[in-house]
Amino acid sequence: MIPAAFEYHRPSDVAGALSLLSTHGDDARVLAGGHSLIPMMKLRMASVEHLVDLQDVAELKGISVADGHVTLGAMVTQHSLIESAELAEAAPIVREAALQIADPQVRYMGTVGGNVANGDPGNDMPGLMQCLDARFTLQGPNGSREVAARAYYEAAYFTARADDEILTQISFAVPVGGYAYEKQKRKVGDYATAACGVVLAKEGALCTSASVAMTNLADVPVWSEAAGAALVGTDCGPEAVKTAVAAAVADIDPAEDNRGPVAFKRHVAGIIIGRAISRAWSRA
Amino acid sequence: MGKQIYKMTVNGQVKEVMAEPRELLIYVLREKLDLTGPHVGCETSHCGACTVEMNGMSVKSCTVFAAQADGAEITTIEGLGDPDGLHVLQEAFKEHHGLQCGYCTPGMITRAHRLLQENPNPTEVEVRMGIAGNLCRCTGYQNIVKSILAAAAQINAAKEAAE
Amino acid sequence: MNDLTPPTREERSAKLKGLGTSRKRVEDARFTQGKGNYVDDIKLPGMLHGDFVRSPYGHARIKSVNIDAAMALPGVIAVLQAKDLEPLSLHWMPTLAGDKQMVLADGKVLFQGQEVAFVVAEDRYIAADAVELVEVEYEELPVVVDPFKALAPDAPVLREDLEAGADGAHGPRRHHNHIFLWEEGDKAATEQVIDSAEVVAEEMICYQRVHPCPLETCGSVASMDKVNGKLTLYGTFQAPHVVRTVASLLSGIEEHNIRVVSPDIGGGFGNKVGVYPGYVCSIVASIVTGRPVKFIEDRMDNLMTTAFARDYWMKGRISATKDGKITALHAHVTADHGAFDACADPTKFPAGFFHICTGSYDIPVAYCGVDGVYTNKAPGGVAYRCSFRVTEAAYFIERMIEVLAMELNMDAAELRRINFIKKDQFPYHSALGWEYDSGDYHTAWDKALEAVDYAGLRKEQAARVEAFKRGETRKLLGIGLCHFTEIVGAGPVKNCDILGMGMFDSCEIRIHPTGSAIARLGTISQGQGHATTFAQILATEIGIPADSITIEEGDTDTAPYGLGTYGSRSTPVAGAATAMAGRKIRAKAQMIAAYLLEVHDDDVEFDVDRFVVKGAPERFKTMAEIAYASYNQAIPGVEPGLEAVSYYDPPNMTYPFGAYVCVMEIDVDTGTHEVRQFYALDDCGTRINPMVIEGQVHGGLTEALAIAMGQEIAYDEMGNVKTGTLMDFFLPTAVETPHYTTDFTETPSPHHPIGAKGVGESPNVGGVPAFSNAVHDAFRAFGLRQSNMPHDHWRIWKIANDLGLHD
Repeated sequence: MIPAAFEYHRPSDVAGALSLLSTHGDDARVLAGGHSLIPMMKLRMASVEHLVDLQDVAELKGISVADGHVTLGAMVTQHSLIESAELAEAAPIVREAALQIADPQVRYMGTVGGNVANGDPGNDMPGLMQCLDARFTLQGPNGSREVAARAYYEAAYFTARADDEILTQISFAVPVGGYAYEKQKRKVGDYATAACGVVLAKEGALCTSASVAMTNLADVPVWSEAAGAALVGTDCGPEAVKTAVAAAVADIDPAEDNRGPVAFKRHVAGIIIGRAISRAWSRA
Repeated sequence: MGKQIYKMTVNGQVKEVMAEPRELLIYVLREKLDLTGPHVGCETSHCGACTVEMNGMSVKSCTVFAAQADGAEITTIEGLGDPDGLHVLQEAFKEHHGLQCGYCTPGMITRAHRLLQENPNPTEVEVRMGIAGNLCRCTGYQNIVKSILAAAAQINAAKEAAE
Repeated sequence: MNDLTPPTREERSAKLKGLGTSRKRVEDARFTQGKGNYVDDIKLPGMLHGDFVRSPYGHARIKSVNIDAAMALPGVIAVLQAKDLEPLSLHWMPTLAGDKQMVLADGKVLFQGQEVAFVVAEDRYIAADAVELVEVEYEELPVVVDPFKALAPDAPVLREDLEAGADGAHGPRRHHNHIFLWEEGDKAATEQVIDSAEVVAEEMICYQRVHPCPLETCGSVASMDKVNGKLTLYGTFQAPHVVRTVASLLSGIEEHNIRVVSPDIGGGFGNKVGVYPGYVCSIVASIVTGRPVKFIEDRMDNLMTTAFARDYWMKGRISATKDGKITALHAHVTADHGAFDACADPTKFPAGFFHICTGSYDIPVAYCGVDGVYTNKAPGGVAYRCSFRVTEAAYFIERMIEVLAMELNMDAAELRRINFIKKDQFPYHSALGWEYDSGDYHTAWDKALEAVDYAGLRKEQAARVEAFKRGETRKLLGIGLCHFTEIVGAGPVKNCDILGMGMFDSCEIRIHPTGSAIARLGTISQGQGHATTFAQILATEIGIPADSITIEEGDTDTAPYGLGTYGSRSTPVAGAATAMAGRKIRAKAQMIAAYLLEVHDDDVEFDVDRFVVKGAPERFKTMAEIAYASYNQAIPGVEPGLEAVSYYDPPNMTYPFGAYVCVMEIDVDTGTHEVRQFYALDDCGTRINPMVIEGQVHGGLTEALAIAMGQEIAYDEMGNVKTGTLMDFFLPTAVETPHYTTDFTETPSPHHPIGAKGVGESPNVGGVPAFSNAVHDAFRAFGLRQSNMPHDHWRIWKIANDLGLHD
């Protein structure tokens, strides 16, 4: 498995990277950790003439928690997400999800930006970011703009990002209440058969807000507004969970693959969503 | 893009290699620097036979381009131990039968080395999670886990004795 | 002399590190430092790299091949096609099963990934680029991936090269896609018993297509020296001597001019027994270019084109009396061999040793028939960590026993117990023609059941089922039982050969003047630790410490001829040769010792590491002294030197056995599972190195786990391989792999010089039924009889779903 030849660029800042993208148009691809792109290049299923490696762009590597907001640079690795004490404090669901991605080596290289940017339905961070109602910053030749994670994904590998833009930053409000990221996979290193992220808040005995999003159960991540709504105002007891699960499952559209047929995936999705809600509630 | 000169520090020595950007780090190490310890197993970053340490991270060198490694600091299995003796991990793998065909072993030990840097006193579950990026077809992992736990205990005991 | 007390007999014995010692492996210092020498580590001056253009289709005619653009790429030296190999008669090659196989596509392709053209270039990058530039025009043909559909009257003709109606290598072919029907046992008598039996259980059991998938893929480096006519071939060969013979027969190069070297091998598991097109093409390319040529498969090549295993559809009928005494077994197998019959079996056994399928049981009458079938899948049919088709047989009988237990409404452990061959029945003649050498199944079984508290587990299981029915849990408990009997150590030359070469093996020993030694064998280690364990056999036999004995294998220029390592044959055959060669050394040493001690030959006896005068143990000569004397003294009637060679033709196979219990928790809603406990008792006869045995068991069980719970080479209807990378081809990590408990009994083989039977494959043979039976057993209370492997999440979920457990 040998990739085709390409020109390699390693800009030291975002401006430099954007200028390369402008020059080379859709012949250019941005390289973050490379653990999605490089295997595709080796299998010659992705052809890239100009590879723009972002490893030297220091401005994309920070994690900050301030004023109730979490901001992640696109080049922050999964490993750094796991190791960050302030992130574990502010948004432990991120660590919980990141630990379920791939394996240790891949997590050292794999970045949160790469994971959310390319629109691979198997990636876990897009669903998580929809759960957290994150916003993605896209920088392009005409400046920067923000897109909500819930509006970013159009179809598998098709996103709101233009070819000459780079996804530079992810931000979200520090979630309150309970959380869970539940994932069923065949083995370490596999994509999800079904995965679900839940954050919910509790006041007294009742749920005051809830967000439910799912991974690899459609060609895009699925945030189920109805599922969240079904939980709010309830005690997240068995009946409420059942209603929420039904709502969430109504929003997914899984495809058959080696992990199993559609009926199986829909059923397992329901189980995983239910478990995620219950675990989040137990932590709320 | 033709061949470039890439400079990397490998096992403490500065090396310059001529390579195309697309060349894979594993082949640069094996064929240009004659470091044949790390191996090629799956080529899609699932098996970890090619694991080396790069800038303080365990990486699968089959999924790193030569160009990405320009300027990097790299340690391979050849950088552990010394000519007169085995590293504690190498010794533990031998003592506890942590290897059979030996093909996954360099990647496995290199990974375990990094793991113990970050978590000097891991539980069995943490070891299993920590080496989950390295496949072994021979041992069933039981003796690998035993080897790594034994090495950790030995390193910790030596540290305590030194203090 | 000093005044130290001379070492005791025990101390002298311990110093040898002989049989029964958990000696640390001598290979490991090298491997742990990354100093192994595998085929892809070989770098020769001027070496070129080869890469294949492969078929994207499962079945297609080749209309044209255009290599112009590839040849125009700087650095491309040659692009070989079938027509280039034809003048050398190398465009096809014989298979181990008496069929022939295309080396490069000759007019059509028969499976996805088939080799179409071989590109030779200055480096691997240029070769890969050139592969993309070769233009091949295909005309798609109808694809058959189902062996039953392949036998339909109107099925497409796959092998146009075979004359319609002509016999194959194993007798008549009744259909254009039929390869052979192979039968054993008394069919009429078996059917008669079954037809009038009190109880009959019938089931179709599939053992899916899998792949050995060693971590190192297959590869070769060929170097033809045109000036002196010598060919050197390095490669991943489990049988280097056979490869040399085949290479000579194919190429016409005299055998003495071919040197085959198996360097370190990164796992074999049966994948590296056969001869593959890549090896042949690297040889031809080296002959054509005059430069060394390397070919290394990538992982997709490996999974898609070389050496699948299993793919057996096994229809069984088993009969018994009402109280559970088995009266007959009938087996019919539809065997999917892919596009070419390239099974790695001894010549006379096209279905390997499948007729060990009566297992550990005293079954009075039995029949088995195997139909081999061509389909549009990759060729292979190797013994993936088992002796030839023994895993299939063990899985078949151990599933049939469970099904029969359901039919009888009987405990499956008890059903086994009342049907075991009894200790005093050995040597036991099975209804399908084998002579089991030794065994004590009841002792092993009782020990295993007691170790896991079988009765307690059954109580817990029953309580769990009740709790499940009451809605208090969604998890079921499965207790997977298996008592397997293997047949390994092929084999007696009178009925076992590979391409005409009898399946003996060999050992040659040289004792150096200072009392250390080197021994060379015809086998080749792929991780089994031969360098460690064969030295232990020898240490005990000749009284020289294992640490002073070097073991060498794999170089046909220096090692004696042998048939290689697979089918757990190294210990039973080469291990026996080692012991026998050691005994020749000892016999000569005895004469030398007697001469030195000035007594008659019969007046000295061997004592651990020396010969002593009978009745006067203070008068002795150590083996080191004897070795020295053999080189520096003129001893009347005795040739100088101390060397021996033995070619060992085993009188029988060996029959290792074991009792396994797997306890598994199954989540009915998600189809996930957790192995809570796995107990493995192995009886491999005399134990050479307990540490190595335990390691072999751990590894074999993990391969069994992979096969039972997820591994599959799956094709879609178009003939596309769906599981071509390690994303989809299941190899468990340390996280999915459970902890194992090992145990043993020791029933030596009566015909093996040291009583050893072989163990490397037992855990895979016995492990698969144990895991699979655990899954089935969890659902037994709800009526599950049979569900095919792999038991991955969705298939377990489907069992529960079909049984109405999600309603």
